[in-house]
Amino acid sequence: MTQKKKIIEIKNLHASIDGKEILKGLTLTINAGEVHAIMGPNGAGKSTLASVLAGREEYEVTEGEVLFDGVNLLELSPEERAREGLFLAFQYPIEIPGVSNINFLRTALNEIREHKGETPISAKEFMALVREKSKIVELDAKLASRSVNEGFSGGEKKKNEIFQMAMLNPKLAILDETDSGLDIDALRIVANGVNKLRSDENAIMVITHYQRLLDYIVPDFVHVLYDGKIVKTGGKDLALELEEKGYDWIKHDLVNN
Amino acid sequence: MTTTTEKKKSDFYQNLTTTEINVDSKDRALAEKVCEQAIIPTTKNEYWKYTRLTKLTKPKYIQQKEEIGDITSFVIDQDAFTLVFVNGFFNEDLSSKNKPSGVEFKILSEKEALPPLQATIEGALFTAINTKYLCDGVELVFKEKNQVKTPVQILHIIKGENTISNFRVLVKNERFSEGQLILGEFSEGGKTKLSNIVVDFKMEEQSKLHVDKIQFEDEETFHISTENIRQKKNSQFTINTITLNGALVRNNLNFEVKGENCESNLNGAYLLKGKQHVDNHTVVDHQVAHCNSNELYKGVIYDKGTAVFNGKVFVRQDAQKINAFQSNGNVLMSDYATVNSKPELEIYADDVKCSHGSTTGQLDEEAVFYLRTRGISEDSARELLIAAFIDEVLDMVQNENIRTFIDKIISARFHQNI
Repeated sequence: MTQKKKIIEIKNLHASIDGKEILKGLTLTINAGEVHAIMGPNGAGKSTLASVLAGREEYEVTEGEVLFDGVNLLELSPEERAREGLFLAFQYPIEIPGVSNINFLRTALNEIREHKGETPISAKEFMALVREKSKIVELDAKLASRSVNEGFSGGEKKKNEIFQMAMLNPKLAILDETDSGLDIDALRIVANGVNKLRSDENAIMVITHYQRLLDYIVPDFVHVLYDGKIVKTGGKDLALELEEKGYDWIKHDLVNN
Repeated sequence: MTTTTEKKKSDFYQNLTTTEINVDSKDRALAEKVCEQAIIPTTKNEYWKYTRLTKLTKPKYIQQKEEIGDITSFVIDQDAFTLVFVNGFFNEDLSSKNKPSGVEFKILSEKEALPPLQATIEGALFTAINTKYLCDGVELVFKEKNQVKTPVQILHIIKGENTISNFRVLVKNERFSEGQLILGEFSEGGKTKLSNIVVDFKMEEQSKLHVDKIQFEDEETFHISTENIRQKKNSQFTINTITLNGALVRNNLNFEVKGENCESNLNGAYLLKGKQHVDNHTVVDHQVAHCNSNELYKGVIYDKGTAVFNGKVFVRQDAQKINAFQSNGNVLMSDYATVNSKPELEIYADDVKCSHGSTTGQLDEEAVFYLRTRGISEDSARELLIAAFIDEVLDMVQNENIRTFIDKIISARFHQNI
């Protein structure tokens, strides 16, 4: 069996905000075709990890390295990361009045294509793609043409994130608490959408508090993030164990070791 | 002509030649008096509080005729009926020949007598100068019961060092008439110029007019516009003022709504860079009941630009059931950009619905980041957000040709990084 292609290698990552260190030496490798779940209590650094990888400038990386498909990710601007194939589904997708979903996605897609040396997508091809991909998350075609997230319900906003993921076809998608604020039906639709986008070529990092989402998006690995580091790694059963025993169990374990 | 030696009086207009146009005799007498007595308004004057006229009044201006070769770049709507004025003087050769039916025009210098101005001359130095030293202008009449589908486009181009253009447009919409007017204000070279434009709009009963005013003069042009709109009952008037360039631009817009059931719409968009100064002063005076007015002004200010918005809405004592909305929004793109925004309401009636508001802020950095995480460059992200902000006003420009003209200028600005 040939060795799997490494999508992202995070080595000893330290990051802080306003002088406060949040990530304290995080190491993680994700290969093509894999789904990794990152779980952990509030304040462990889950969202910081997502922010640092996406390139949010408020965070300072003080130590460590991130290779994204062989490229030094930390040297790239947020847009360059996106063009290289990194996608962040926001925990709180923001509303952008006046900027239409379609319009901005077309701009995004064309900037990505230009980066890859490809020609711009035609209007016809683009609309066909919108129709095809909006079906994946059962997003109303009308919403696709409205202003970005403006007046969307919580569920619609999250569907829109996955719709964008489908349009941009990233190598690595980071889903930051995509399950938060979703009712059970919306959760199922969003998770099904993600599953349809899984392939041997790409990888997914699912950041979540709860095991619930992992019933639908079944991970290959579950990591527990605690105090800025990954303290435990296991298969999908680890999520169930966490759900049952709570994070205190991990803390307890750490103290005893 | 005598020149005054009194120090406080400026002599910036004293080299000018008194007009030979037959302006109304009372107007002329009043203008003489104001020019003789008036001193340049300073920032101590509430009406000019945020706009310094020092630079504008330094040159000694002259009225002069100039030729221009080509107006292609000034044509806002290629399908419109176009009248071209250079330095306030009519250029027949460059103007359209096939006048649409339902509208008549007459060059002011060819008229035996001009009607009295609606605009106040008393205490209004620039209107007085425009009257006493009038270069020329045009009277436009939308004839009774005519719907004129072809827009009328008046292009004014100022050219040549120290030129002053005292230009006047008189628009009359007769009963049940309907029209569209485009005012294009441009320049073509020459240091320190002053466009001093007065436009009177007479809206008769049940008439309708849509005006799009595009200001795109160079950074050596000072600009004072005074527009007076008088509305009779059941009339509808809309003006969109789009300021895309200039050194100092002051727009005085005065509505007198004198008949019931009128609609008055006034919108403005302004994009400033460098040390540009744009001042929109609007007054909507609701004198009678059952009328609506809507006002939306939005601006984006780069560099050391300064924008002023002063919007006043009066609702007189017997003017019940008035709906008056006023809003001003600004985005500051630099730490040195300035906005002075003053929305005002003065209401003497007790059964009205009025609101006003003003916001000034920066671009939403969260939104910039969000767009960037989708692969959009930082510049494009800002461009998208600015366009979204200003589009709310630009969308009021319904004529596609005009919109294309504006979008091209804005897009060019973006690609020079403003």
